[in-house]
Amino acid sequence: MNTRDTRPGSAGGADTEGPLHGGPDEDYTPEQLAAMRREDLDLLGARYDGVEVLHVDPGPEPGSRLEKRAVRQVGWSFALAGVFALLFLVVYIGSGWFLPEWSWAEDGSAWSALFTPLLGLFMGLSLTLVGVGLVLYTKKLLPHETAVQDKHDGSHFDRVTTGATLVGGYHNSGLPRRKLITRSLGFMGAAVGVMLLAPLGGLIKNPNTGNPLGRTSWAEGIRLVRIDGSPVRPGDQLPGSLETVFPAVPGGNFESDAATMLIRLRPEQTEEDRPREGQADFGYGDYVAYSKICTHAGCPVSLYEQETSRLLCPCHQSQFDVTQGAKPIFGPATRSLPQLPIAVDDEGFFVARSDYIEPVGPTYWNRERI
Amino acid sequence: MAARTATAPGAPTTKLGKAALEIDDRLIVAGPVRRTLNKVFPDHWSFLLGEIALYTFVILLLSGTYLTFFFQASMVEVTYDGSYDPLRGLDMSIAYASTLDISFDVRGGLFMRQLHHWAALLFVASMVVHLLRIFFTGAFRRPRETNWLIGVVLLILSFLEGFAGYSMPDDLLSGTGLRIMSAIILAIPVIGTWTHWAVFGGDFVGELIVGRLYIAHVLLIPAIMLALIAAHLLILVKQKHTQFPGPGRTEHNVVGNRLFPTFAGKATGLLFVVFGVCAALGGLVQINPVWLWGPYNPAQVSAASQPDWYIMWLDGSSRLFPAWDLNLPGDYTIPALFWPTAVLPGIVFTLLLFYPMIERKLTGDTASHHLLQRPRDVPVRTSLGLMAITFYMVLFISGGNDVVADKFDISLNAMTWAGRIGMIVLPPIAYVITYRICLGLQQHDREVLEHGIETGVIRRLPHGEFIEVHQPLGPVDEHGHGQLAYGGAPVPKRMNQAGGARRAIRGFFSPVEEPTVVELEQQREGRGLSAGERGRELTTSGRPSEGGRPSDGGRPQDPRD
Repeated sequence: MNTRDTRPGSAGGADTEGPLHGGPDEDYTPEQLAAMRREDLDLLGARYDGVEVLHVDPGPEPGSRLEKRAVRQVGWSFALAGVFALLFLVVYIGSGWFLPEWSWAEDGSAWSALFTPLLGLFMGLSLTLVGVGLVLYTKKLLPHETAVQDKHDGSHFDRVTTGATLVGGYHNSGLPRRKLITRSLGFMGAAVGVMLLAPLGGLIKNPNTGNPLGRTSWAEGIRLVRIDGSPVRPGDQLPGSLETVFPAVPGGNFESDAATMLIRLRPEQTEEDRPREGQADFGYGDYVAYSKICTHAGCPVSLYEQETSRLLCPCHQSQFDVTQGAKPIFGPATRSLPQLPIAVDDEGFFVARSDYIEPVGPTYWNRERI
Repeated sequence: MAARTATAPGAPTTKLGKAALEIDDRLIVAGPVRRTLNKVFPDHWSFLLGEIALYTFVILLLSGTYLTFFFQASMVEVTYDGSYDPLRGLDMSIAYASTLDISFDVRGGLFMRQLHHWAALLFVASMVVHLLRIFFTGAFRRPRETNWLIGVVLLILSFLEGFAGYSMPDDLLSGTGLRIMSAIILAIPVIGTWTHWAVFGGDFVGELIVGRLYIAHVLLIPAIMLALIAAHLLILVKQKHTQFPGPGRTEHNVVGNRLFPTFAGKATGLLFVVFGVCAALGGLVQINPVWLWGPYNPAQVSAASQPDWYIMWLDGSSRLFPAWDLNLPGDYTIPALFWPTAVLPGIVFTLLLFYPMIERKLTGDTASHHLLQRPRDVPVRTSLGLMAITFYMVLFISGGNDVVADKFDISLNAMTWAGRIGMIVLPPIAYVITYRICLGLQQHDREVLEHGIETGVIRRLPHGEFIEVHQPLGPVDEHGHGQLAYGGAPVPKRMNQAGGARRAIRGFFSPVEEPTVVELEQQREGRGLSAGERGRELTTSGRPSEGGRPSDGGRPQDPRD
């Protein structure tokens, strides 16, 4: 406020502080403050904030070897940080200009493999050195002071006066007496809240319409095809092998629940094969087909150890025995993998005889009822 | 300030001072700025753990924003036509294709992607370590329960944020994780299928989930986290820092450095070091090479498909939980998967969230505390903490038990059983051992206070007995017992910690200080033994019978009693 507008009407009344004005400016006149040293002003302000500086270890003596060494260390840290930042820029901008191309290529030049590591190295070194320089600066060059600050506990005065203001306002509003307003307020709050949340209802869908959880694209006469769409015929697979097959429908090889394992049992396995009750005729010769979707958490059961007839799910290590109707024999899975009934069509290719007779995939609340 | 004019005393004369006056005339910030600069921060390395979390969060915001310039959260199928030959011509979602583009066709994009992922791992890790520090030192006690609650909520949100983040690229690994999440949601009793349909917009996998994860990952969760972090910091500033007990430190003060310049220098230094470490990791250490996993296909999976580290313990719990479906009347089922993936984290986080209130209730300690506790002084809490850590570690290792089994040639089933038994047996063992260690450490502190530090000096008494000379830490009574009470602060256990050694002369190859100057300085400051060295003899025991006086501190003592 170095200048003053004195035109009429612009001052807006007398330019004097009200009776409630106060604070440190009352205690210390500008003249007093101007007479104080900077250090004392610093400590005075600190004391005003409840801080007492108990002890100051001065930094190294100016001009001493100790100081020169610390200054060198800090200076080199910052300078090197700058150098590495420039190197980052050289690699980032120069690649593909005066340096080799950075992008990936099959006959990949060494540079494209070095590009990302070099970026990380230079940026990492640069930023770390900035930090190191700052830490060295604080530790070696700044004075070390020990300061104590008072912790203010809650003030009784504040509590009582704030309480009085709050209660006074509430009382003046008359709400404690005007029951109609409080009740309608409560009703309004609830209704408006629900109204504002209601559009989230757009997220809700009925999972039970059309029974998508219990059904896949498998149906009578649908061929078993490999991921490339080629059909499978008996004799294509060696005994003891496993092939993942999909329903021959558009998009079948990407369906989340339809993936099926077509397993050709070895003769020993065929002998000890104990299919689940009522599913003895689901296989075809020495072929059996089981859902690939684990009954635990839905991962594809992918690892087949044919010596032990075990299928292992790599996600949570449930193990299923293919000679016992894919019954879980170890791990967290509780149910057998559903079996797909298969047959061979007129042209000699494998087809499904129907959809799975139970829902595939992980268990849920009402699975048994579907 | 009508009286102030350009010529008034104290009016600024420099350009900078005038500019500062211009600002303060308008904003009146001089007072608050001074209060901020003068704020005292206690000095302990463990108080920086939370700062690491804060700085990695800043990195995440910056690098994440960069990634949104290129990532497209769409599950529409396209044929990949980027510069990574092995995948060219393959059908994949736009999300995965754009992730590949970030990795191969954006200059420096792979670096940013990896930086983001590493910063995320470090973010959660520093939060967990910060939480452990708060837990073991009792910093959560009244009045800081609110900040504990906010912190735990932030931790839970960071798990969700991380999961949403690593599930978005729609590669084979992230798709496998999503499939498991889908199964977990389905496993919720009664509302499982309805919730799944609400979250995925239908059956797994649908076409919506990546877009929904995206908006949750870049807007919803970060916005909530940002608000909570702001509240966390405001409350921290308002309540002021806790501190470890020590000379001059009380429940009513904070001893340390003022914000400016010391603390600001250190904190900014740490910020840059954290940035630097993340950048170096992002460039030098490959993480989640999505191009090797390939696009997601529900029929494919890789061996050793593990989530990021902070979710591993839940993967482990799913592996260990026995195959117990609960079949209810009416053909309803509670799947086995529900317990380890929904109930377990529910219980764990509820206990964690309400631990301050539980402890307050059980100990009856409702007082306000600003001085921290050493873990050894609260053996029950420390042992409970170690018990929880042991439980967590068993689950964590079990989350990769197939990898452990493979690398160490152990039976996978043996690993599973070891985990099942270990998660029940090991935590109580950890409790007992920790409890004993805490008591032992307490005892040793008391012993040193009472009998002094072992000096390693063996003395032969006139009648032939050998004794070790002990250095008392303070005044002793007529029996030679120390009179200092334990104050919750570290007790020096070696002579050097009690100032037995002089300060080393600085300089690596050659001294950069004058040895005589250092000597003088130490005598002047009364630091170390050199201060009163001349009046000290290492030959008397300090026993009254040998001329030692009671309360004659600082004299070496023989062991007694």
